[in-house]
Amino acid sequence: MNIQEQLNRLIELKEEINNAVDQESAENADKLKLEQDFLRKSLFFQPDPWTKVQIARYSKRPNALYFVNAMFTDVIEMHGDRQSGDDCAMFTALARFLGVPVTIIAQRKGSNLQENLMCNFGMNTPEGYRKALRMMKQAEKFGRPILTFVDTPGAYPGIGAEEKGQGEAIARNLMEMSQLKVPIITFVLGEGGSGGALALSICDKLIMLEHAVYSILSPEGFATILYKDATRAAEAAAYMKMTAQDLKQNRFVDIIVDEPIEGIHVQPEKVVASFTQHLREELIQLRKLKTETLLANRYERLRRFGEVNT
Amino acid sequence: MEKPFLFRKEKIADFMSWRNKKSQPERKEAPDGLMRACSSCGEMMEVSAFQRAFYTCVKCGHHEPIDAYTRIKLWCDEKSFDEWDKSLIGKDPLNFPDYREKLGLNRQKTQLHEAVVCGSANILNHPCVLCVMDNRFMMASMGSAVGEKITRAIERATRKRLPVIISATSGGARMQEGIYSLMQMAKTSAALARHHEKGLLFISFLTHPTTGGVTASFASLGDIILAEPKALIGFAGQRVIENTIKQTLPEGFQSAEFQLAHGFVDAIVPRKEQRLLLGTLLSMHGGTK
Repeated sequence: MNIQEQLNRLIELKEEINNAVDQESAENADKLKLEQDFLRKSLFFQPDPWTKVQIARYSKRPNALYFVNAMFTDVIEMHGDRQSGDDCAMFTALARFLGVPVTIIAQRKGSNLQENLMCNFGMNTPEGYRKALRMMKQAEKFGRPILTFVDTPGAYPGIGAEEKGQGEAIARNLMEMSQLKVPIITFVLGEGGSGGALALSICDKLIMLEHAVYSILSPEGFATILYKDATRAAEAAAYMKMTAQDLKQNRFVDIIVDEPIEGIHVQPEKVVASFTQHLREELIQLRKLKTETLLANRYERLRRFGEVNT
Repeated sequence: MEKPFLFRKEKIADFMSWRNKKSQPERKEAPDGLMRACSSCGEMMEVSAFQRAFYTCVKCGHHEPIDAYTRIKLWCDEKSFDEWDKSLIGKDPLNFPDYREKLGLNRQKTQLHEAVVCGSANILNHPCVLCVMDNRFMMASMGSAVGEKITRAIERATRKRLPVIISATSGGARMQEGIYSLMQMAKTSAALARHHEKGLLFISFLTHPTTGGVTASFASLGDIILAEPKALIGFAGQRVIENTIKQTLPEGFQSAEFQLAHGFVDAIVPRKEQRLLLGTLLSMHGGTK
């Protein structure tokens, strides 16, 4: 059983145990409970980085749209980059958070295969990054805080994306976001892969789910480059320091939000509550800051990466 | 209406004829030191003639890759280059297996501390801050040290109100430093944003090959973006794209000429014209020394 199947099995077990209890077959229930206990421990008790990658990619994990609908009111989706198109994998909207207007930028993976395909599995095209930037500039104009939700394997590698300047689109976001005069808070939900994730992660506070990962490249891509062998991804993941806990240590992550035992997909509403609370607190703090201080802090946040010897 | 298409077609045909030729170089034995063979067409030429032609092939015009100090010599006024942070080196933040050894070997091989050389210089008497990446050092991938050197150079340029020229070449972000390498993209871009805010000029000069995280950060942010003929310039690697879309890539994909045709490069500049053009551009954006 691979990790995805084990995660599925864990959900099935809950029902089977209930059934067994209903049918009063205690022996059966005990057996199933043992299996549940074993799976729980092997998946969620200090999981290794590769297990975390699999949990972060798990298809039943709630996606950005779930959080958008659960945390905000008056969500109004906005489309298009005003240049050449509309990337379905980049969801942008106006909404209210506890009554306050905000701008939401979220990477959309889709929740079934058809949606996955429509959204390129959450891999954005240059149109997506440009739409995000357009919406962020608009947020700046109207003084709205910006909330970004990161969940992507990386920017889409395709002919059209290259022709439309994928590199330029990402670079422009990095540069512009560092100067936007409104607070930016980033949530990392599942996978944060390479420049495609970074293009939404220039922020004042970064909040990451317990089992989310964030890395320079997918472990498969990493293994392909370094070992010329994508099947050594698990080995690569062990070196990459890509888990929320590793990233907290090196100060890439400001806040880790705990997930329920057995992962967020079991009780997503719990996480919504802590997201809401953190967001409220952080927004109150950030809105107190003068613009110069906000931008100076944001610059400092980036500036501290990369220790060197002179 | 047809003109731009014809122009683009011509450029791409030009690139293809070069690439086809490249696949069958008839290498001849070169007597050490005096003669050398073009790595594209195989033409034998005297080293002195090759150097006089700005390190390009005298027959086919192929631009051979050059190291950072050679480029600085070609571009800058004599003895005007003052190097900064020469011995700055990164750490090994992930404790990545074999990374330190690899860095050591590259230092030995190239006599460089890291993959970029930064400093102040004059070009035709116009002062500027110049960063030149060197592909011989781990494919000029960007880790903490490269990002830090470039960021410091941009920050100094901002303080001194000087224009910045970056000659880019890179295999992308340096894998061995993980998230730290990724953040160098953000760091350099943010430094450029501050330089930009002050109304200062940034010229990005793209050379073969410029890819990945460097394309997706400072290299794409020039007020003016120039490229060397036939340079490979793109974000995603060609093998990655082919694996994703399951088809082979069109001819001339991700060449400098392709980028020009798609609007991402201002001009393609052969090596013999680069110094004059850079000097002229600098002269249009501020005074002489």
